[in-house]
Amino acid sequence: MGPVLRVLIRALSSWAILVAVGAFWTIGSPAYGQGGAQVPVQGNNTPATARATAPFDPTGYWVSVITQNWRLRMVPPRKGDYLGIPISVAGKKVADQWDLARDEASNDRCASYGPPTIMNQPTRLHISWQDDSTLRIDTDYGTQTRVFSFGQPPIQRKRTRQGTSVAVWEARRGRGAMTARYLTVTTANMLPGYLRKNGVPYGEQATLTEYFDIFSEPQGAMIMVVTAVLTDPVYLEHPYIVASQFKKEADGSKWDPTACSARW
Amino acid sequence: MWRVTGIAIVTFALTSVSMRSQGLGVPEGLDLSGSWVARNFTDALGNPPAMEPTPVDFLGIPLSEAGRAAALSTSPSQISMPERMCDFYPPTYIVLGPAGLKIWPESELRTGATTAWIVSGWTAYAPFPIFMDGRPHPSKYAPHPKTGFTTGTWVDDVLTTSTTHMEVGILRRNLAPSSDLATMTTRFSRHGDTLTVTARIDDPVNLTEPFYLTRTFVLGKTPLNPASWPCTVGDEGVPKGVVPHYLPGQNPFLDEVTRLYGIPVEAVLGGSETMYPEFRRKIREKYVRPEPCVAKGGTRAGECGRPGLYPPVN
Repeated sequence: MGPVLRVLIRALSSWAILVAVGAFWTIGSPAYGQGGAQVPVQGNNTPATARATAPFDPTGYWVSVITQNWRLRMVPPRKGDYLGIPISVAGKKVADQWDLARDEASNDRCASYGPPTIMNQPTRLHISWQDDSTLRIDTDYGTQTRVFSFGQPPIQRKRTRQGTSVAVWEARRGRGAMTARYLTVTTANMLPGYLRKNGVPYGEQATLTEYFDIFSEPQGAMIMVVTAVLTDPVYLEHPYIVASQFKKEADGSKWDPTACSARW
Repeated sequence: MWRVTGIAIVTFALTSVSMRSQGLGVPEGLDLSGSWVARNFTDALGNPPAMEPTPVDFLGIPLSEAGRAAALSTSPSQISMPERMCDFYPPTYIVLGPAGLKIWPESELRTGATTAWIVSGWTAYAPFPIFMDGRPHPSKYAPHPKTGFTTGTWVDDVLTTSTTHMEVGILRRNLAPSSDLATMTTRFSRHGDTLTVTARIDDPVNLTEPFYLTRTFVLGKTPLNPASWPCTVGDEGVPKGVVPHYLPGQNPFLDEVTRLYGIPVEAVLGGSETMYPEFRRKIREKYVRPEPCVAKGGTRAGECGRPGLYPPVN
């Protein structure tokens, strides 16, 4: 065998090693055939939309199931009740000055209907796709609307009650299957508000991260659990983590829109 | 030489694929092992640093008539009975109790497969295994051990478990009871370093609907003790042989939540309708917002909350 041929064979052997190792990791990977971590594409080679790649169908009507912290959620708690909130000294100072009459006289009675608390209230949700990359949640409690943008959200120069929410389908692990994803929503740019109807505050610097899980139950029932992590460097000592449970309803027949109320 | 190299490559590739197909690759699901620190904000009223829930507080529990009767006849002082002081709760306590979770896998060392996850971390229940090896649940006539019997599967990277064969337990820490026919389906859903545990408790005796409870945990660095600490029976004021209880219609705490928090008794006694938003309409005119909470003399410790009450995770 001539020297040129030897070099050629060596080169081919190296390529064969690379090909074999590549095939092993591809075929042996748990994500093989399940979409893996790759960005899904449609038939025309454009990236699939958030709606097309949804690992579950969140749309429809959902009702909150309140089995925990009942007297702090179903009825307005008394002034000065901060139990279950890692309130800071600054937060307590603000909460201790809360005045129901002042809130009722105000034009804005929706301070306790912002993202850090609305999902934990006794509400029904109507979830729908506003477009292929925007998920919308309406609440009948206080008649609020939250908008979750997949990708770049619209530019919002002023703070709003519901803030700006960016959504992503997130894998639980790097190479997890598409069906094993959950919805993560990050919200900022909110107006200051209340965590409870007794004036426990959150401030402008607060940011909220929410994880949405949906689980199938017997007889076709569905439940949704929203785990919310609120950070507020001013009014909280640590992240405030609270979970809310919802049950899917067949239709909107129990939808009962109410106005914001400072008292009830 | 190139022939030898080629044969080695093919052998390596085939062996690797074969090993993976035999379960020798990455174990299924996620790694849940670690010390998960409880963040008791979702159920702050039922757990420390708050006091125990008041004896008759069944708000949001879908109690049946039988369940309500059993709950009203039960005195929380039963946990001070010498015969029960060192007893364990069933595994439902992981979503009812105050503590963190210590979770670790048991592996089959030949294949590396996870045969069980063990859940522990507190004195009040025995460490219990979640069997992942596909074994069936025992016969319904089989004994009910302290640990119950739990099997698990991964559903879209969420550990989904089924617990049966539990002893009589509780639905809330005021000892509202669950029966030995209760079952529990639990989801361990990990989002980075946050763990959400959602349980559905079914009890054909004491509940009319599934009872959902969710708790959240954060992965900590300080290890939790996986053992159930030794317990010594002491005198907590209940003599041996006495079972504290209330006869029908004689529970003295029936109006305590109404007195303290202005909530009408029809809500306090629970039932499935108390779980849903429309129940508020029923009590709107009856609810009386209580006087401001002032944390000083005469107020129970931890009742109002305050800065520094919840320690950071470390």
